[in-house]
Amino acid sequence: MKDMTPDDIAGEYREATLQYHDGSKRLVYVTEVETPIPDGRLIVSRTDPQGIITHVNTSFVEMSGYREEDLIGVPHFILRHPDMPAAAFKDLWETVKKGKKWHGYVKNLRRDGGFYWVYATVIPNIRQGKLIGYTSVRRKPSRSRIKEAEALYATLQ
Amino acid sequence: MTYNFTVSPDFNPDYLPGWFIFNTWLQKAIDEPIHLDLYNDFESQRKAISEERFDLVYANPYDATVLVREKGFVPVVCPMGAADEAIVAVHRDSPAKQVEDLNTDMRIVTTDDPDVKMMCMIMLEPADITRESAKISYRDTYVLVAKELIRGEADIGFFLEETYEDLSNVIRQELRPLVHSQIQLIHHVLLVGPRLAHKKEIIQQSLARMHAEEKGKGVVENLGFDAWKAVEQEETEFMIDLMDTLMAN
Repeated sequence: MKDMTPDDIAGEYREATLQYHDGSKRLVYVTEVETPIPDGRLIVSRTDPQGIITHVNTSFVEMSGYREEDLIGVPHFILRHPDMPAAAFKDLWETVKKGKKWHGYVKNLRRDGGFYWVYATVIPNIRQGKLIGYTSVRRKPSRSRIKEAEALYATLQ
Repeated sequence: MTYNFTVSPDFNPDYLPGWFIFNTWLQKAIDEPIHLDLYNDFESQRKAISEERFDLVYANPYDATVLVREKGFVPVVCPMGAADEAIVAVHRDSPAKQVEDLNTDMRIVTTDDPDVKMMCMIMLEPADITRESAKISYRDTYVLVAKELIRGEADIGFFLEETYEDLSNVIRQELRPLVHSQIQLIHHVLLVGPRLAHKKEIIQQSLARMHAEEKGKGVVENLGFDAWKAVEQEETEFMIDLMDTLMAN
């Protein structure tokens, strides 16, 4: 996956290098600008069994800051924020690979370096007993839940 | 053999005659006798569905999950361009300007419509309102929900968006939508059961083109939408996956 470029970043930023579970790395630039999910919206995406994005809805596109054509065909971890501990995603994958639903609070990285918090649910899509992919639905969490998640994730870094 | 048909009880009562006319039209189109059975509430309809009394169901997304995944029903058509969306409304004089202004112990009034309740409770999550923290009361119709809000006996009311829009001006003037859902992917769907599955293709073809026929156009419009659209199995499976994520709390 391509590194982020400073030209796309709005305002002051810090630099971080993310290392993903497949061994690949990505240089990202991160700002402190939060863009909350508008009330009433759901962010929806689907991936194939390997976590490659196959479908996104309009809210996903708007919140991520990417164009739809930049999202389809790339790993879902394009949204990974360096403040998120790897343990959270390890738990996610271990859970859904067992065929179970996963819930959790996630800080997502936008294309412009900003972030948005979501309450995410991921479920395996099973057809005739076969896994064909995963559906993820993300919605707006409360401030109190975000504070709890921030405190927890700080201890897991 | 007479087949049995039922319709999710959340339709506007103004369209009740329209469903009987539609059933007459459908019987002619597929040359099969069909009996239409309507219910006033979700609970009694759900009981009848669980007893496998129906062969054709115009189902809300919540019931569609059970009918498709557990009862072997298959999707046929859905209303063209009509998604199920919900509105959380307050009294027009409520001090709340956004969801986060609401307290956790608010008095909620709703119907027993499972989709609307689910969508609206999700929209209240940013205020930390839960089924446990709020006081939830149930009314039989959306008009009664509105009246309870207007009388100040509840702080928040849940509505199906199209039903809210159909409330009289006098009632709507006393209310204010606080937030409305923009999910876009959830909708009612007409399903056929195993006993009528051999007629799926002809039902789908007849309904998908009925808006283009002189008589059919008026019949479908009397249901409150412009046309039926053919639905593929995977499209409905996706909606059900989505419902699963939303019901998974």
